[in-house]
Amino acid sequence: MSTILTELQLDALTEMVNIGVNRAAASLREMVGEQVHLSVPKVTLVGRERAITTLAENETTNLVGIHQVFEGDVTGRALLIFPDTRSLELVRAVTGGELPLEEIIELEHEALAEIGNIILNGCLATMANMLQRNLKMSLPEILRGEPSMFFSLEPPPEAGEVVMFLYINFAIRERDIRGYIAMLMDMPSLAALQVLLDEFIERAT
Amino acid sequence: MSYRVLVVDDSKLARMAVAKALSALHPDWTRVEAANADEALVHAKAGTFDMAVIDYNMPGRNGLELAAEMLALRPGLPLAVISANHQVEVVTRAREVGATFLQKPLTEKALDEFAADAMKRLSENV
Repeated sequence: MSTILTELQLDALTEMVNIGVNRAAASLREMVGEQVHLSVPKVTLVGRERAITTLAENETTNLVGIHQVFEGDVTGRALLIFPDTRSLELVRAVTGGELPLEEIIELEHEALAEIGNIILNGCLATMANMLQRNLKMSLPEILRGEPSMFFSLEPPPEAGEVVMFLYINFAIRERDIRGYIAMLMDMPSLAALQVLLDEFIERAT
Repeated sequence: MSYRVLVVDDSKLARMAVAKALSALHPDWTRVEAANADEALVHAKAGTFDMAVIDYNMPGRNGLELAAEMLALRPGLPLAVISANHQVEVVTRAREVGATFLQKPLTEKALDEFAADAMKRLSENV
């Protein structure tokens, strides 16, 4: 399915995600006070089923996800996903580590929303700026469940299947925290994105 | 004086973007490109360039590891590592290995400052 995008379009998209996520990682680093390691992003276009299988193969436990909808010339969903078991550790990393467990649990929702917001907004805002378009982003929403749940969110896309899945691993090694970022959009949005990518390539080269 | 600049980035588009900025600033300079660390080291051993601009986030070895290897081969070589990842550890490590840290997306101004400093260092070393 990756053949939908040309090599250069995919390259441009990867580069944009790369810049966005790296910036977001720098913000996250300020929050947790430890280096946040990132894998080189792999941007692949896959179908829903493949996306679910990929997550299910790598993760055996339930997952927690922070979800934001973006709207504009391109519309879709952005997800930050990591294993449910590590979610409290992530909150502990952000809150400084000295808080008792009850307070960490109390803060979990808020802290996850904030982390998701920083990473996803950082990523989407960078992409929007580079594409010279405005993207409206919804407030972060926390979801928990199995891999399939994250790729079957209501309402279903109006036109065609959700086809785009891009992921990057981020890790805070000292705390054994890692996660994925996925973006989902439908065919019309993907077509709109192609036009914007071509304009971007034209400006950049 | 015309210089040769090695541009190392796994992204073709990113190399094209550096090329654009470079040719706006110094149209007479020559550009050498490498898509990964191994290709870059071949150029470093052959001495086909005077300064290098290296992407940080590459598969295999990252830009800072490559910068350290290149400086071991050619001490004093002016090097810049480009990344959007301006975490303290990355910026500090760049300084430690002797590379200039440049933010991504690269601006002409930042590249100009690096090039000016590189030219100064190269002319002093001659």
